[in-house]
Amino acid sequence: MANFFEDNDDLLFLFDHLDLRAIAQEHEMGFGAARDATTAHAPLDAEDAVDNYRRILSITGDVAANSIAPRAAEIDAEGNTLEDDGTVTLHPGVRKNLQVLGQADLMGFTLPYRYGGLNCPNVIYSMAIEIVSRADTSLMNLFGLQGIGETINAFADDAIKDEFLPRFARGEVTGAMALTEPDAGSDLQAVGLRAWQDDDGQWRLTGVKRFITNGCGDVVLTLARSEPDIKDGRGLSLLLAEPGPRLKVRHLEKKLGIHGSPTCEIVYDDTPAKLIGERQMGLVRYVMSLMNGARLGIACQSLGVAEAAFRVARRYAHTRMQFGVAIEKLPAVADMVTGMKVAIEATRALVYETSRVCDLENSTLRILETCPPDDADEVKRRKQRARVLKRRNGLLTPMSKYFASEMCVRVANDALQVLGGSGYMKDYSVERHLRDARITTIYEGTSQMQVVAAVRGVCGGAFEKLVTELEEREYLDGALNGLKQGLGEGKDRILEAIAFVKSKGPDYMDLHGRRLVDSAATVIIGHLLLQQATGNERKRLVAKRFIECNLATLYRDLNLACTGDVTPLESFEMLAGPVPGLA
Amino acid sequence: MAYHSIVCVKQVPDTARITGEAMRADGTLNRAALPAIFNPEDLHALEAALALRDAHGGIVTALTMGPLGATEVLRQCLYRGADRAILLNDRRAAGSDTLATSYILSQAARKIGSYDFVFCGRQAIDGDTAQVGPQLAEKLGIAQVTYFERLVELTDRTVRMRRNVGNGWEVIETTVPLLVTVLDTANEPRPASARRLMTYKRARTEAEVAQQVGADLKGADEDAREAELADRLEPLRMNKLVIDQWGLDDVDADLQWCGIAGSPTKVHRVQSIVLTKDGYVEIPPTAEGVKKLIQELIVDHTFG
Repeated sequence: MANFFEDNDDLLFLFDHLDLRAIAQEHEMGFGAARDATTAHAPLDAEDAVDNYRRILSITGDVAANSIAPRAAEIDAEGNTLEDDGTVTLHPGVRKNLQVLGQADLMGFTLPYRYGGLNCPNVIYSMAIEIVSRADTSLMNLFGLQGIGETINAFADDAIKDEFLPRFARGEVTGAMALTEPDAGSDLQAVGLRAWQDDDGQWRLTGVKRFITNGCGDVVLTLARSEPDIKDGRGLSLLLAEPGPRLKVRHLEKKLGIHGSPTCEIVYDDTPAKLIGERQMGLVRYVMSLMNGARLGIACQSLGVAEAAFRVARRYAHTRMQFGVAIEKLPAVADMVTGMKVAIEATRALVYETSRVCDLENSTLRILETCPPDDADEVKRRKQRARVLKRRNGLLTPMSKYFASEMCVRVANDALQVLGGSGYMKDYSVERHLRDARITTIYEGTSQMQVVAAVRGVCGGAFEKLVTELEEREYLDGALNGLKQGLGEGKDRILEAIAFVKSKGPDYMDLHGRRLVDSAATVIIGHLLLQQATGNERKRLVAKRFIECNLATLYRDLNLACTGDVTPLESFEMLAGPVPGLA
Repeated sequence: MAYHSIVCVKQVPDTARITGEAMRADGTLNRAALPAIFNPEDLHALEAALALRDAHGGIVTALTMGPLGATEVLRQCLYRGADRAILLNDRRAAGSDTLATSYILSQAARKIGSYDFVFCGRQAIDGDTAQVGPQLAEKLGIAQVTYFERLVELTDRTVRMRRNVGNGWEVIETTVPLLVTVLDTANEPRPASARRLMTYKRARTEAEVAQQVGADLKGADEDAREAELADRLEPLRMNKLVIDQWGLDDVDADLQWCGIAGSPTKVHRVQSIVLTKDGYVEIPPTAEGVKKLIQELIVDHTFG
């Protein structure tokens, strides 16, 4: 039977390449759950945990290939339905998908065992998101919203956890995070939806949220202004609301892609709500944490849709005959097809490294919180480690989201190009993949916002520290050492450019942010691919191809970044021309 | 009312992945060259039983006859929701044809005792006979509904089922106990549950544990091996992770009806057929073309 995990050589390679035993060792917190009768299915040791991870991904791959993928085209064509009473009826195929995911226990992927979850680390959940997204990119928006449960687990009180988390794990409920408003998109500090307490002390929500993925879900985590006098992000709290007569969907968006994912405008009419955690921490702590997970989720979704599009193109290029040969023999097509594959594998290296670093940060913090070591020096060492990892994530998460989403749009676009006229028609799935891919550079923070976040990490030392660590790895192989040397020169050029850009001020940094982040990604990914290349001839070629092609771009981009030119800012009116429709 | 269902499942070679080594020179099947899988239609039989249990209550017992390796399909039944699993494993059952197999299965069903439904896949992809289910019903002396598609109604002991009759369907009313053979269009089998998998991946038949002990304690004397076996079985028993394993004596089988002795089927000849394509005919999309095509299909007995 088809299986989207087991048929993916690169995912299988990474599963073995990433040190999952080390992650399991820290993540499973001493393997105590197995000794509790109610969670006796928990793993006994690291090897057992890794065996579970592999089997869980096999189930995910089975469900994705045999159950989810066959329904994707119909769901895309028909979409969901808004009813007159302000509820949304999900497409029958979407409902069936959710039922199957629930039956497989995959809706509590990262939740602790005691709530019925699988307690998987981030890196495994990331792979599952990629697998599901390859089958139906729009389903990721429901499957990948498990961060809602995770946020409740991390920040809500026990009563709320006990009420909701087992229902999430059983797949009975799905969640939404309601952040965006008509006047608060990228700028969440401007959120205005009111949270207030009535005479009985009951929290209530009043206002409108827009573009809410799965806003018709059962658990709507809502960012709202609980402190009317504080105008910025510190006046915002996070509250849990449930649909009913006082929380209705007023509009279901008609979108370019991801038709299976209901995007809702929702109206809060003094809706009763429960406060999550502490007041005023909504944006600054909880949503920031939720968003980091969500961004990584989009990076994995991007990988999934790119993989789906690539496979159609690879097969087509092999079977389509023109001029008496399969078109893969034509140089221009060969360049596109291999370029797509290298781009996907390069992105995987970055995204799963990011997931791994997230897991390391989470478990370091959790160990400090729940069972701190007796030795004071050890505590200090771990605290310092946590700080480094946090900064590293501050760089890698937005970089991954940016890099992966831009990659998948490019790959889906090229895949369509390989199919030519056939690709433009609805007869093949590539046009759907391209439409589905297009959202990834926009939601959960646009590429431009990710670059703003990532460029701070590139220029602020996190990049240099990470690369210095990566450079410690020695290669016996001369060819790999040569490539490593090239990356070293690339890094030196980046550091020069950083010094120059910094001297020109923050606007200049943002103007050239994309070039700096792209260059930094080239060096980081280059090192990760070199690590994968040891003893693997094919991966050596992937590393070589990626590094040689992207270093050329790096120098071109950084030369531009070092000109000091600010034409788009200084001469905006002249270059952009008149505003259409305005005299 | 709660119902007890027995589901008969089979581990089969994956005939969808035939390679060059699949057949030996003498025309017999080289099982080692093909991956062993859960017979696809048996997954639908299992789903029918599980869905019935979920709707009406009761338990589902998975039963397979085969070598020790067939325990794997029983574990998969447990992952998907079966309550109990039994391996029928006996060297003397080797070589059984459909008649002997159905006899042995009927003895096992009798030993299981009270049951309301026996579900089987319509047929297995290795033999494609579709005989074992109907023969089993005959041997048990119970009614059978073959080519099951859908449960229409179930009240107390009366059941209505829709079955596919090739060019349409019919609804049959009958009473339990009842044997049902299930088509792959009947339902969508549920996936393995990850949490059940984490539990039951540790489930073993006693013989599997003994085999592992033999491998781990090579050269140790028999007493040491037996002690080790008992040690390893104890925690499995405590956690209800021992899969039942029965031999022919356990089910009171009469040996003259089992294995080669009980199998009247004689293979006359096995042919290794290599399919080749010699050219093709283009048929114009006209009334004349279609007429010609139909004529040709009648001549080569594809029709009629």
